Formats: sequence, structure tokens, C-alpha cells
Amino acid sequence: MAEDKEAIVQVKHLKQYFNIGKPNEVKAVDDVSFNIYKGETFGLVGESGSGKSTTGRSIIRLYDPTSGQIMFNGKDISKIKSHGPQMKKFRREMQMIFQDPYASLNPRMKVKDIIAEGLDVHGLVKNDDERDKRVRELLDMVHLNPEHMTRYPYEFSGGQRQRIGIARALAVDPQFIIADEPISALDVSIQAQVVNLMQDIQKEQGLTYMFIAHDLSMVKYISDRIAVMYQGKIVELADADEIYSHPLHPYTKSLLSAIPVPDPEIEKTRQRIDFDHKSSFHKGQKLQEVIPGHFLYCDDTKAATFK
Amino acid sequence: MDKILEVKDLHVNFATYNGTVQAIRGVNFDLSAGETLAIVGESGSGKSITVRSILQLLAKNADINKGTILYHGEDLLKKSKKEMDNIRGNKISMIFQDPMTSLDPTMTIGKQVAEPLLIHNKVSKKEALGRAEEVLRLVGIPNPKERMNDYPHQFSGGQRQRIVIAIAIVDYPEILIADEPTTALDVTVQAQIIDLLKELQQKIGTAIIFITHDLGVVAGIADRVAVMYAGKFVEYGSVDEVFYNPQHPYTWGLLDSMPTLDTSEDDHLNSIPGTPPNLLDPPKGDAFAPRNEYAMQIDLEEQPPFFKISKTHYAATWLLHPDAPKVTPPKGIQKRFEKFKKLGDSK
Repeated sequence: MAEDKEAIVQVKHLKQYFNIGKPNEVKAVDDVSFNIYKGETFGLVGESGSGKSTTGRSIIRLYDPTSGQIMFNGKDISKIKSHGPQMKKFRREMQMIFQDPYASLNPRMKVKDIIAEGLDVHGLVKNDDERDKRVRELLDMVHLNPEHMTRYPYEFSGGQRQRIGIARALAVDPQFIIADEPISALDVSIQAQVVNLMQDIQKEQGLTYMFIAHDLSMVKYISDRIAVMYQGKIVELADADEIYSHPLHPYTKSLLSAIPVPDPEIEKTRQRIDFDHKSSFHKGQKLQEVIPGHFLYCDDTKAATFK
Repeated sequence: MDKILEVKDLHVNFATYNGTVQAIRGVNFDLSAGETLAIVGESGSGKSITVRSILQLLAKNADINKGTILYHGEDLLKKSKKEMDNIRGNKISMIFQDPMTSLDPTMTIGKQVAEPLLIHNKVSKKEALGRAEEVLRLVGIPNPKERMNDYPHQFSGGQRQRIVIAIAIVDYPEILIADEPTTALDVTVQAQIIDLLKELQQKIGTAIIFITHDLGVVAGIADRVAVMYAGKFVEYGSVDEVFYNPQHPYTWGLLDSMPTLDTSEDDHLNSIPGTPPNLLDPPKGDAFAPRNEYAMQIDLEEQPPFFKISKTHYAATWLLHPDAPKVTPPKGIQKRFEKFKKLGDSK
């Protein structure tokens, strides 16, 4: 990646363990490092249990990281206190869009109160008129009818609810948004609507996205760079096109070979590549840049073969 | 080929608090021995209700108020409850979407797989358990003999779906209905399950009705495809016809709103605007018309009949009427047409 790009998020040796010291200890995120640059969309893909959502949740500090650093605009945010003023400031700058548009909106709140909650918490509006005006603006931005601001979530479809979730995230003018599987729960015809909307808003507002997903074709479409996660580790990280045209890690190859393509001829000739976990992970491996901009989880001997 | 199942003019209504939902509004299709028919559609399009009607596994407020479902020429809708019990899980069986909820958590998997055989009273318990073990091996559960005594929670999601499949095929059904069997699974596991279904189909000759919203999965498994929208089929044909020569604007929209691996970020995705209609009060004309950029006046007034494109390929859109103006489909679809030409030339 070009040196002149400015990192908005730098994750350094992040570990997120659960049930530490108990027999059921889980190393959900196990020593992960990467940068996210201003204005880009960083895709994080992996299968269930790979640690991709946990990574997102640790970055936005829904969890207290076990160890490692998370730098946001150059400041370490991995240890700031949960309820202090620093956290409040940080929460304004980083927002999240959740997977399930049914579970992530409070059914007892009106849409305008859901969207304006952040405005209230951060004292961004002076009075009700200003508050309503801002909510209207936001609804308009996500192509929802501002007249519907007094309705409740159940009156909206899945795609519309996800737009409400996006409006809520945008309300506090964040710089960085983590979208955790924002379209997985939506129908195919609605997915494209939401993805197009997210891209338009990104262009207008110069936002940076981290897009977490298991739908690999959509991730490739929306992301500038992609990291592939497996068992708590990033096994490969590169430009979106590069990772699809030249996958290096056997797990990435296996994952790509499993994507169903809506084309019968391609499907007829598809060769599935199996991935053997045991033969692929051993000591002495780390994520290293083997080709400029292309990172691979491997040992030094393997890395030397690319020189 | 032998038609083993024929569904004719199926209508299903649901009585709800808000009124009558016309969930299925006249569906016709048939199934031949050993083939795979995929029914594609979005949530609420009626694909699950269509196949659940075959086995009469509908909610209490459902009413199949019109139509026939002929299985080897006999109308399943006229069968008694007891007769249906004999068909379900025996001649026609079903795999459900969620492997977490379709297994009994308190029963060993060996017993669960053997259960259909015991219920249909054909074999001794010992024989049934022997057969269960054999089928578990067939679906790829390692060490089936030892694992017969384990409970569902001791298996991974992919393994549980294999067990669900084992239950469905233990009696070598003639028809297997798979309702989104891979939607809850990771892509690598999904690929394994699809390969397994294809392999089993070859071994035991079962016909499969496969329901999904994922066109990628359809391309890999189907012989024939039916596209469903708002309680009706809008297009059906062979897998090549529907993927390379689609004619209904809804099929165009579905195929075009998915990025392929060579869609670049500079292209805007072609989204289908709006949302599906409310089936409490279905539209008078073509239900897709309000979301259809190619819609004509007649689409709003009158439902299009099926127009024949080939012996096997039909689509319900007024665009196929001889008097309709010629329209230019989206770019991605034109590329598919080119492929269809090449396929035709090579044949």
C-alpha cells in the first residue's frame, strides 16, 4: 500500500480472548495486525467463528481487548475507560451498522427518536425544531420518506430498516463506520439498493468503511482491500482484485473455489479446493508482506520464495 | 421422461388478522423422475408454501382453495391424513433450512435417522439402526457406528445438516424437497452439501425440488429452474435457458443485481427499486409492474399469460407479445444472450 496514505485505524497485535484461563478459553482474535486507510473500504471476510465480527466489535470497543493496540487517528483507544468523556468523543467518530435490521432497532421507539438518539447523547442539536430538521435530512439522505419519521420500526421492510440503521450511524457525523454483515439478512434485490446507497454516501461524505461479510462476491465489489480471516488470524490481506486473481493462502483458495457463481457453465467446470487445517498452520508463521501490498500468513522460508 | 408429480393451478390463501393473504396465486409445474427443479424467489414470494402444500405441512390458517397436486396421477389433496402420513418421509421427504431446529435435541442421532423406517413399519429395530448407520456413512459422518449414540449438539452445523439429509433419504424417497438446505451454512460447507446431494441423487435416483434465493447455488445444481414472484411463477425453463436467455424483467433484475466476480466497483449495481407487493391486496396486472422499468400500460391492467419461448422455456411477460415494442435489456443480460448464442452454435 502506498506510504502516503494516511491510516485512520491501526490495529497492532490485537488479541481478544474469552473465558481466559478456563477450560473453555476461546482465542476469538489471535494476534491480528492491519491498517485501514482514510477513504477506503476495508473488507473483512471469513466463515462463522473466524473472528471477523469480534475484530470489528473490539475495534469499536464493545469489548475490552485482551492485549494489543488499536490506534484511531493516531491515538491508542484500546484502553480508554468505558464511560469516560474520551469514550464519548470516540463513539461520535466511529459508528456501527448491524447485521439484523429486526433486532437492532428498538421496537418501542419512533424512527425519529432512534435516529436522533446519538444527537441527544452528544448534545448536537439545541431544540426540537433543529432535531426534527436533522432527522429529516438524514432520512432524505438514505432515500426514506421524511414524513415517516413518526412511525415505528415494524412499519418498515427489512431494507428500509437497514436504511434507518444507516441514518442512525450517520447522525453524529462519524469518520469511520464498521458495517457488520449489513446486507446478509436482506433479499437479493434489496441488497444492491443498500450497497449502492452506502457507496454514494461514502463518496459524498468521504467516509471510511470496514465491511464485514461472508458473501465474497459482494465484498469484492465494495472493497478496496480485503483481509481473509480464519480461526482468529488474518491469513491473507491484499487489494480486492489481487486477492481474487492471485490468492496465495490455501484457505483463501479453498474459500474462493466454494463461491457459487450464477453461471451454469462455470458451475459445471468448477473444481472445489479442499483445505486441510492441520497441514497449513504451524509455529513460526506470521502475516508478512510477500509481494508489495500483498500480505500472507506464512513462515520466513515460504516468504523467501516470493523474493 | 416420466412425470411423477404435477401441480396444477395451485392457490393457497392465509386467513390473517388483517385479511386474506393470497400467498399462492395459480402455480403450475411438473417434476420428472430423477431431475432437479430449482424454485428461486425472494422471501415472501411463496416458494416454501408451494412445496409445503405438496406435503400439506402448512400452518392452520392456510387454505389450499384451488388446484390439484398429482403424485403418479393421484391427487394428494384428496388423501386422508393417514394416507399422507404414509407418503411423507417415505415416498416424498423434506429437508428444512435450519439444521439447529429440525433435529430433536433429546434424542440420539441414530434413533432419529432410524425413526422414519420404524414409523413406516417395515423393518425391525435392529435392521432400522443398521440402515441408519449405512446412511450416516453415505452422507459423510465419520465413524458412524460410534457416533450413532451422540446427540445433535455434539455435531457441527454442517454435520447436523448432513444428519438432516440422512433422515430425509433413509427410506430412499422418490422425491426430495430441499427448502433452503444450505442457507444457514458457510460457503465451504455449502459446497460440500451440494456435492453430497448431487452424489446421492446419482446413487438413489431421487428427484429433487430445491428451493433457494441464491442464483449461484441454482446454477450449480438445477436441471430446470422456475422463478417465482408474488405467488406466481414468472419464468421457467432449463437452467441454460433461464440463465443465458432470460425473458422476464424480474429474472433480469435478479441476475443483474448480484455482482459477479468481474463486476468492477465503477459500475453501479443494478438494483431493483421498491419492494414486493402486499398480497393482502395483490395488484390487478403483472405484480412486478410497479418495480419494472420496462412496464407498459397493459402490465398495470392485465396479468400476462405464459408466452412460449421454446418447448421447455416459458415466461409471463407482455414484452413477449408480438405487438410489444422491442426493449433493450440491461448490459449484463445482453452478455448472457451472447453466451446463449454461442451455446446454441456449439450444439
